[in-house]
Amino acid sequence: MQYGLTEEQEMIAATVRSFVENEIYPHEDLVERTGEVPAEIAQEIKQKTLDLGFYACNFPESVGGAGLSHMDFAIVERELGRGSMALNHFFGRPQNILMACDGDQVDRYLMPAVRGEKMDALAMTEPGAGSDVRGMKCSAVRDGGDWVLNGTKHFISGADHADFFIVFVATGEDHTPRGPKKRITTFLVDRGHPGFTVRDGYKSVSHRGYKNMILEFDDCRLPDAQVLGEVDGGFEVMNTWLYATRITVATMCVGRARRVFDYALDYAAQREQFGQPIGKFQGIGFQIADMITEIDAADLLTLAAADRLDKGLPSNREIASAKLYASEMLARVTDAAIQVHGGMGLMDDFPLERFWRDARVERIWDGTSEIQRHIIARDLLRPLGA
Amino acid sequence: MKVLVPVKRVIDYNVKVRVKADGSGVDLANVKMSMNPFDEIAVEEAIRLKEAGKADEVVAVSIGVKQAQETLRTALAMGADRAILVVAADDVHEDIEPLAVAKILAKVVEEEQPGLVLAGKQAIDNDMNATGQMLSALLGWSQGTFASELDIDGDKAVVTREVDGGLQTINVTMPAIITVDLRLNEPRYASLPNIMKAKRKPLDEKTAADYGVDTTPRLAVVSTAEPEARAAGIIVGSVDELVEKLKEAGAV
Ligand SMILES: Cc1cc2nc3c(=O)[nH]c(=O)nc-3n(C[C@H](O)[C@H](O)[C@H](O)COP(=O)(O)OP(=O)(O)OC[C@H]3O[C@@H](n4cnc5c(N)ncnc54)[C@H](O)[C@@H]3O)c2cc1C
Ligand SMILES: Cc1cc2nc3c(=O)[nH]c(=O)nc-3n(C[C@H](O)[C@H](O)[C@H](O)COP(=O)(O)OP(=O)(O)OC[C@H]3O[C@@H](n4cnc5c(N)ncnc54)[C@H](O)[C@@H]3O)c2cc1C
Repeated sequence: MQYGLTEEQEMIAATVRSFVENEIYPHEDLVERTGEVPAEIAQEIKQKTLDLGFYACNFPESVGGAGLSHMDFAIVERELGRGSMALNHFFGRPQNILMACDGDQVDRYLMPAVRGEKMDALAMTEPGAGSDVRGMKCSAVRDGGDWVLNGTKHFISGADHADFFIVFVATGEDHTPRGPKKRITTFLVDRGHPGFTVRDGYKSVSHRGYKNMILEFDDCRLPDAQVLGEVDGGFEVMNTWLYATRITVATMCVGRARRVFDYALDYAAQREQFGQPIGKFQGIGFQIADMITEIDAADLLTLAAADRLDKGLPSNREIASAKLYASEMLARVTDAAIQVHGGMGLMDDFPLERFWRDARVERIWDGTSEIQRHIIARDLLRPLGA
Repeated sequence: MKVLVPVKRVIDYNVKVRVKADGSGVDLANVKMSMNPFDEIAVEEAIRLKEAGKADEVVAVSIGVKQAQETLRTALAMGADRAILVVAADDVHEDIEPLAVAKILAKVVEEEQPGLVLAGKQAIDNDMNATGQMLSALLGWSQGTFASELDIDGDKAVVTREVDGGLQTINVTMPAIITVDLRLNEPRYASLPNIMKAKRKPLDEKTAADYGVDTTPRLAVVSTAEPEARAAGIIVGSVDELVEKLKEAGAV
């Protein structure tokens, strides 16, 4: 890994950061208070992102993206991580998995997503199948030349704004020496398609305004043209394209932690008790020292994982380590920042209680901390036969 | 028409400045540096002139330490066509005085033959507000300072100036030096494609010696001090109390 950012990367970071500070921060209180992003604000953020050529910057130039490397993109996401998830959603970064679009899917889904004309959401999780994706009950069966989908997905982020959904469902079962194993297929489903409904989900403690919804399929009939990738090839599609999204979680945690840290550092320098700035007491100064050390460590771990991906090296374990460490670091940093602020840290006059709430989900979505540890341990132990 | 835009690398306006322990100036070690905000406005205006078809090339120039290259890259990422870096100092704490900067700029103008120089009205680090005016004197060109509106019309520029008590509109004959004020425009963000292109745009590196300009300081900084902390205010209960307090303070 080459240390330090290139001039372009520094400029990308500075631009996205100033975009977030000027275009996202001013609306955050409103979103927190109401739990909604007003449509005109969403449209404004989307249009500005399009104008700046940052929309869908994670896509290759051949389809109208910016062709950023994983490292460049991690830097974009890191700076976005400072701002509200609900608002950043409109700094569109469609799912890379859409690159698996084929034939007329390119013009119906991929290109409109890259141009910001259609928004996507991705649905894997079910009430009975979270970490255990293969345990999914949502299924599609052949009927004539079509597929008929039945089942429920929940926790689907961005479903309130999505025009279409990338949905993973079981399309059969293989018998293996280790027991039955589901075959999975990926479908593209339009909002409003007969037999498909989107319902309000739960109220989450984290990321107000970034809603999760419930999808219901009730004899939802789809032609073969809606299959993304190969029939029964859902796991391949997943492994090829979803592998890197954990870097997004990790790097956003780093960006948010840096924003939180600035509040804590400032307060430690300004707030006086017992006749001096509280930062001068070792009890506070050492917390500040630990915070920045962990933030820098998470930053480097994440960029190193992105760099490995760019070099085409195996990175599953490294990405898991970055996601695990950065999300747990953010929990510690937001907690410590509140401690430094004393009672005021809990009050919504400061955004610290929000950062602390928002941090909670990062250890759960895109694979829980336990699942990341499982991946790391398996990666190391399996070659040794354990 | 070619537009020349001088840009200065200064301490970022968000940074809380700290005076060096020896009082010789502001501590710039490990501090975030950015383009002088007024210069950003000048770059923006130059790019808008180009987009409006009134300029065909925008050249950014910076005089200072080698690191000013980053400032120039920012100008290129915003949309400037090429850049000239004139290295005139090694130490980031060494500020090049307005007269030396103006002399170097005069030489650059001689070489580049721009039809317009668009500069910030002042740099936020030392607030000199002199470079544009000095350059105008050295070149014998017309000047329009503190522009809050600018309209180029052939060999004439219509400049609205923010002056005490209102707005003044003047016509200046081109070529001219225009220095820009805060309300002229709102600078754009660099677009992603322009950021990626910036590296490939030409950036020439020169030194002050190349232009035969002596940058030895003529001014000596005697001391630099933090502004005195403002005492906390008080809340008064009534107008009578306010008047009484003002009397006590000898203000009325
Ligand atoms: C706000 C939010 C938004 C989301 N958005 C989306 C989305 O857009 N699309 C989508 O498909 N999903 C989404 N998810 C789902 C998310 O990915 C799952 O919540 C996550 O994978 C965990 O699944 P679960 O919540 O069912 O927990 P479970 O899998 O039931 O886990 C419960 C606990 O058991 C532990 N556990 C499970 N298996 C093991 C094991 N083998 N070893 C040790 N411990 C284990 C877990 O670590 C956890 O602590 C979202 C979730 C949330 C909260
Ligand atoms: C919900 C709520 C209800 C409350 N109710 C009441 C009430 O009914 N009546 C009442 O009188 N008060 C009440 N309090 C006040 C509470 O007791 C104070 O918040 C608490 O004493 C901490 O003071 P502070 O918030 O000003 O933090 P600060 O004292 O400013 O502390 C900030 C940080 O500096 C640290 N710190 C301070 N001094 C030192 C030191 N010497 N060495 C190391 N670290 C140090 C602290 O541990 C903390 O981490 C309430 C507070 C809250 C949040």
